[in-house]
Amino acid sequence: MNATKSAAPQPLPKIATGIAGFDELSHGGLPRNRTSLLKGGPGSGKTVFALQSLVNAVRRRQEPGIFVAFEESTRQIIANAASFDWGLPALAKDKLFFLDAHLSPEVVQSGEFDLSGMLAMLKAKTEEIGAKWIVFDGIDVLLTLLQNPMSEMREIYRIRDWLADNEVNAAIITAKTDGDSAEIVNYGFLQFMVDCVVRFERRLEHGVALHRLQITKYRGSDFVAGEFPVSFGPAGMEVGAPEPAEIRHEASSERVSAGFERLDTMLGGGLFRGSSTLITGVPGTSKTTLAGKFAEAACRRGERTLFVSFDEGAEPIARNLSSVGIQLKPHIKSGLLRMHSARTESIGAEDHLVKLKSLIREHRPRCMVIDPLSAIAKAGGLSAARAVANRLIYMAKDEKVTVVVTAINTVNDPQTEATDLQISRIADTWIHLSYLIRSGERNRALTIIKSRGTWHSNQVRELILSKTGPMLADVYTAGGEVLMGTLRWEKEGEEKAKTIQRRAEFDHKRGELQVAEAETHARIKALQQDLERQRVELAKYSSANEARIVTSSDREKELRRIRSADPAGRAPTGIVPSLAKRRAAVRSGNSGRKNKKDAQIAP
Amino acid sequence: MRKLRRKKTKPSASGPAVTTVVVMRLYIANNAPNSVRAVANLAAICKEHLQDKFKLEIIDVLEYPLRALADGILVTPSLAKVSPSPAAKIVGNLSDRSSVLHALGIKESVE
Repeated sequence: MNATKSAAPQPLPKIATGIAGFDELSHGGLPRNRTSLLKGGPGSGKTVFALQSLVNAVRRRQEPGIFVAFEESTRQIIANAASFDWGLPALAKDKLFFLDAHLSPEVVQSGEFDLSGMLAMLKAKTEEIGAKWIVFDGIDVLLTLLQNPMSEMREIYRIRDWLADNEVNAAIITAKTDGDSAEIVNYGFLQFMVDCVVRFERRLEHGVALHRLQITKYRGSDFVAGEFPVSFGPAGMEVGAPEPAEIRHEASSERVSAGFERLDTMLGGGLFRGSSTLITGVPGTSKTTLAGKFAEAACRRGERTLFVSFDEGAEPIARNLSSVGIQLKPHIKSGLLRMHSARTESIGAEDHLVKLKSLIREHRPRCMVIDPLSAIAKAGGLSAARAVANRLIYMAKDEKVTVVVTAINTVNDPQTEATDLQISRIADTWIHLSYLIRSGERNRALTIIKSRGTWHSNQVRELILSKTGPMLADVYTAGGEVLMGTLRWEKEGEEKAKTIQRRAEFDHKRGELQVAEAETHARIKALQQDLERQRVELAKYSSANEARIVTSSDREKELRRIRSADPAGRAPTGIVPSLAKRRAAVRSGNSGRKNKKDAQIAP
Repeated sequence: MRKLRRKKTKPSASGPAVTTVVVMRLYIANNAPNSVRAVANLAAICKEHLQDKFKLEIIDVLEYPLRALADGILVTPSLAKVSPSPAAKIVGNLSDRSSVLHALGIKESVE
């Protein structure tokens, strides 16, 4: 690679500190084979950073290290680190060497001294244990002892030369600054001599101690500029990088219930597994109820659930929710549901994050509720709270936890950003609850403002709380206005009355038609009977006539045979003239009568 | 150091401090300027105040770094008074004579 791309600038080799967040900010960690300076006020976390880097190097890469303590005694340092799960005493036996370099007050100082002897000892120790990391902690204390700027400069040079000669993977020098502006003497030179400078700060905001870190210099490398929050947990220090450099969350297409069927329908089938949902609303819009329903539904599916509440005890929450048909207590008892309530003011937002992290690790939930997440904005600075809120959601995603967080907004308008925390940007689903005040009533309205990657209803629904839990009712829009509560009820009543009327009308009409049909049927039946009778009569009549014709023609034949008038076998037409004669007689009789009538009229 | 503290009662039994042999170790960094100065300053002090009633061991830390480390030495030059008790440690090139004498428990009789 070097042969072909010799002209290309080589990226500065770096070595990871293993401190979560810092390696991302610095794009890889501290400069390899170089010296880094950590500066900051007392208690700002410099020592922890240095020590943690050392511990990580040993634990992850089997790289032994040396820690030169100018300020505190070795015993103190190991005791201070006991709250972290580093197993420092064990490491201090062979992998880490602590040089107690703080001069006891009993030591008398007479004239100038230098570090050549100490550096010779450190060189020997480095070779002995094969140290790859070295930390000079609290160099300012040493420099103060030197008492004059010239000596300070000289010793800093000496350290620089020593570090150049003894190639360790990384060297860290920490120096205390007093307050924000005051710098230690020769500080400028110290800063110039190193390749990377990280500034630490501890300040009080609203009575809560906040830790910050900022990379102020990184020779030959880019880095994420700006201040970042620092938090301390069982694993040590952690830096709140604003957003993970890379988002690696798997997108699940599995749906989980948001709590109840109607809401799931509105969401196009429920929430995606591992997604984050934000419920916003002014106080009293039943955000907790909705979140509680989600938790209950999760427990009913047999999924481990974590319910974190701020500034409200677990007991009252469970009680309040049971009044609207959400039963959490059985799940708490079975261990499926873990309730954790915290007071926001007591600790910083960062510490809440650490606490939640360890809770997630302990309980291993699949679903989580944080109610209200906006409360952490009270714990110290807003920027810290924002970062924490973001990280919380990302952390939940990393753990594939489906999370529902609530946030209180002070203005009843979803268009003004939900909370100061600005979590709506990163939440996958955003449900807004609001009050609609009309006709002297407050009614709760539920709107889905966004739901990533899924169809969702754009309709406002009325959220109704009952003893059996929350439900959603259709709302009526009349004249461009959404009707809720009594108005909805009235409208519903109206609709119902109309339906009843329509049905009655229909029933009536149907009755009429049925009667008409029956009548027609009856008529058809009577006519058919008539027809039948007539047929029978007709049949009877025609058969009688035939019989008469047959008898009369037979008689005539007989007569002719007797009188021998006709030859045998001749057609019996002879009857015709006799009939005609008889008919003519009848006719003449009639005409005679007619004529008589005419005569009577004539005179 | 603890070992030495046990002998605390001895010097008072054996008489005045000046008559006791002072055992010292001087840790230096080869010919580093401060180390060279310290050797000279200590030699002068000893010659003037202790005559032959002292035992001095000079240890070059650059040569025996691990021993110096074990002895609890940090910077150079460092002077350790081993006996008589109380033990004392002086850092620096020993240019401030009075503080050295005080630390060693020697009265400044000449001045």
